[in-house]
Amino acid sequence: MTSPAPATGALSETATGPVVEVRTLRKSYPGPRGAGRKVAVEDVSFSVAPGEIFGILGPNGAGKTTTVECLAGLRTADAGQVRILGTDPQQHPEAIKDVVGVQLQEAELSPRITVREAMRLFASFYEDPADPDELLALLDLVAQRDVRFSRLSGGQKQRLSIALALVGRPRVAILDELTTGLDPAARRATWDLIERVRDSGVTILLVTHFMDEAERLCDRLVIIDHGRVVAEGTPAELIEQVDAERTVVLRLAAEDVTRAVAALDGLPEVSGVAAAGRRVEVTGSRRVLFAVVQALAAHDVVPDDVATTARTLEDVFVHHTGRPYEEPAADAITKGARS
Amino acid sequence: MSTMALGTRTGLRGFPTLLGTETRLWLRDAGTVFYAVVFPTVLIVGLGLAIPGMREPITDAPEPWLGITPIAFYGPVALATAVASIALTTFPSYVATFREKGVLRRLSTTPMRPQGLVLAHLVISLGALLVAAGLAVVVGGIAFGLPVPASAGIVLLSFVLCVLSMFGVGAVIAALTPRATTANAFGMLIYFPMLFFAGMWTPGPVMPEGVAEVARFTPLGAATQAMNAGWFTGDVPGLQLVVMAAWSAVLLPVASRYFRWS
Repeated sequence: MTSPAPATGALSETATGPVVEVRTLRKSYPGPRGAGRKVAVEDVSFSVAPGEIFGILGPNGAGKTTTVECLAGLRTADAGQVRILGTDPQQHPEAIKDVVGVQLQEAELSPRITVREAMRLFASFYEDPADPDELLALLDLVAQRDVRFSRLSGGQKQRLSIALALVGRPRVAILDELTTGLDPAARRATWDLIERVRDSGVTILLVTHFMDEAERLCDRLVIIDHGRVVAEGTPAELIEQVDAERTVVLRLAAEDVTRAVAALDGLPEVSGVAAAGRRVEVTGSRRVLFAVVQALAAHDVVPDDVATTARTLEDVFVHHTGRPYEEPAADAITKGARS
Repeated sequence: MSTMALGTRTGLRGFPTLLGTETRLWLRDAGTVFYAVVFPTVLIVGLGLAIPGMREPITDAPEPWLGITPIAFYGPVALATAVASIALTTFPSYVATFREKGVLRRLSTTPMRPQGLVLAHLVISLGALLVAAGLAVVVGGIAFGLPVPASAGIVLLSFVLCVLSMFGVGAVIAALTPRATTANAFGMLIYFPMLFFAGMWTPGPVMPEGVAEVARFTPLGAATQAMNAGWFTGDVPGLQLVVMAAWSAVLLPVASRYFRWS
């Protein structure tokens, strides 16, 4: 996964080198009232290739936001290396701002600014900005052009925030928790939008605590927990790595349940059988499905339904950390270690 | 190096758009506009019309006060109020709100520096207080025939130092308070004592000597005393000018040094 670092400090024009590189990043904050320092990022490394949607996934407080704040030049790391397009944002924070678009969590605009005014304002900061009207059309905000920020819905604010991150025609877009607080339809629309932006050539670094979002959207991702990378790869790779165990769920006629459990329990491929009413859950090795079907056929038990449960990134997280991944309610995000 | 050109930035590209946008937004807030721009005029007109005797020339005081109408003492007070209202309340409140809402952080990720936004609001505040002060003097002059200053130069110099020292106080509040409510609380905590020392309730020679002794070491008290001297006697208010210069010299660098950008 590691690629050679570009030798120069200048923004690299090469299309093949990594767009973003983070190596053994470490960042701690002073504790409250002189208490011990709180380590937000312990040891994080990853690299992002051009044109990828790269995910940083992890529970709240895992160190995701701190990592991207170091990337965006908002914070200075204690140790480790950070490069965007070959430039160190810690050393040259001004050098990257024309080419990196950032959507921050918890960043608002003046309540009285209209959508159109905000777009014009942010466009004026950049050397070669995108056409604000085109972006508003892309983000479905044309009807809200003259609406003040304070009167926008949560989804509209979020879309405006994305539009403002893209108005400078960035080569890299850093999006932090972009679907938090959106309803399911708005989330899906936002995901489609992010894919369109990627297709237009922008490399995207996506910070999220939503497993389904990472699985649906990311070409590759790292899972971060307690400031460390616990897994890295494509969603499919990560899921395959932990997919040693399979689960088959059967729905049987009530009179068949006892017979079926007896037939399945003790098979070499089966490691566990759990019955609840007419529902029987069988876990075992990769070949457990064949074994179950053969055993049921041998006992002439015809199930009403057979389902294999799909593995998700949640299983990956559990596998690597040994604890369940608790997704907090979308509107109850608490931030740790913020000054 | 063509690659570096991508990252080269002027730091304040887009500042005219920023200043224009922020000015429009500032004007959209009717409460702020009234308080910052119209209040000093309302103060002088209201007092002049409401309080009996304000427009009667003084007959029982020695020179230089003999023959002056008491409302004239509110000329300097109105100017001081114009400066204090903006420097202590609207300006710090705007800046603290930008910090609280993450606007300064958001700007830090663009080629526009957050300093640009603070600069824009300094420009807007200066413009607003000049309009407020001008309005108060012109309307007061028309309504009550305020006397022409004995030394316009001293009044002007005093006014400039008043602006610098009061923005020193306001900038320290703006620099250090994390939230708008905190900024407002600190602003108000200082605003009313400042107005007291400026002579809001005991203008010009009416202020008791003991209070005046203390007032001349506060920025706004020194400002009205200096403007009174320039307006009515033409004396050079040396101590008061030094006091205001000293406040400015201490507070403005402190605000700049300790400004919290996030």
